[in-house]
Amino acid sequence: MPGLLNGKRLLITGLITEQSLAFGVARLAQEEGAEVVLTGFGRLSLVNRIAARLPKPAPVIELDVTDTAQLDGLAAQVREHTDGLDGVLHSIAFAPPSALGGGFLTAPWEDVATALQVSAFSFKSLAVATLPLLTPGAGIVGMDFDARQAWPVYDWMGVAKAGLESVTRYLARDLGPKGIRVNLVAAGPQRTMAAKSIPGFEQFERAWQERAPLGWSLTDSTPVAKAALMLMSDWFPATTGEIVHVDGGFHAVGVPVGDA
Amino acid sequence: MSTVKNTREEIVEGLSEILEEVAGVDPKEATEDKSFTEELDVDSLSMVEVVVAAEERFGVKIPDDDVQSLKTVGDAVSYIEKAQG
Repeated sequence: MPGLLNGKRLLITGLITEQSLAFGVARLAQEEGAEVVLTGFGRLSLVNRIAARLPKPAPVIELDVTDTAQLDGLAAQVREHTDGLDGVLHSIAFAPPSALGGGFLTAPWEDVATALQVSAFSFKSLAVATLPLLTPGAGIVGMDFDARQAWPVYDWMGVAKAGLESVTRYLARDLGPKGIRVNLVAAGPQRTMAAKSIPGFEQFERAWQERAPLGWSLTDSTPVAKAALMLMSDWFPATTGEIVHVDGGFHAVGVPVGDA
Repeated sequence: MSTVKNTREEIVEGLSEILEEVAGVDPKEATEDKSFTEELDVDSLSMVEVVVAAEERFGVKIPDDDVQSLKTVGDAVSYIEKAQG
């Protein structure tokens, strides 16, 4: 059966457990006919074990987005597995504990800088690193958390996401002439490894249950994966610099709708 | 995935091998009474890998929500024993 992504070659970052958004994206991509190359950070042995649980084998390349040498060598490493790329998923974010979970007024610049570098600047870094492989029509997709408003506990990660949104628009400006699209998926909360490290994350879980008009699953990454892959596919050919909310409609309503 | 049912001793031995490989825990230290995080110094990402490796080695599934309740090596051994049926 023909898939949405038959013959597409995708680079997917950010896989660390089966709950990772990247795992959901990689699995669905393979089911839809794509060829997937993964990058992993830090605990590569775990990334390899999790990669082995995908429907099909996928090579894993080590990538620390703050390591210039690794970024410079990325295209050559990807070329060992595929001769080009039609899509790239950026699913990478990090903030030191001081910058997340309630220390907004006291977090030191060094920690904030780390959050901004890993979570926002790296979107540009990854785009530039993969540019030699990207073909016209390719789509780069990043993972966002709606940054138009302030959230409890999200602190400097929220500022980093605002940066990510802006980086997306500038990348869209600069890569558009090459036919490359750059978009974000603003997802609702998911119980990933990253989420579990945010103290007070339950507040988001509760809020989404109460307010999202369509309801929201904290554990099913399929809606997010579908949107990310649609944005990489040929079905959004004239969309770039865009933020697609995949949040059960949470962003559209101001207060929870009571039982009528 | 193994479909063999292991003895309690085999599970302890298997877990201590995994703990050594994944988190550098001395196999002599990995006894049933030890807690993963406090006594064996297994951090949260290492714990995830220990669980993944244990699932593969013992042919069981350990859901995320259950991992929270596995404080000691003995807890994990009992869980795996039960999950193997």
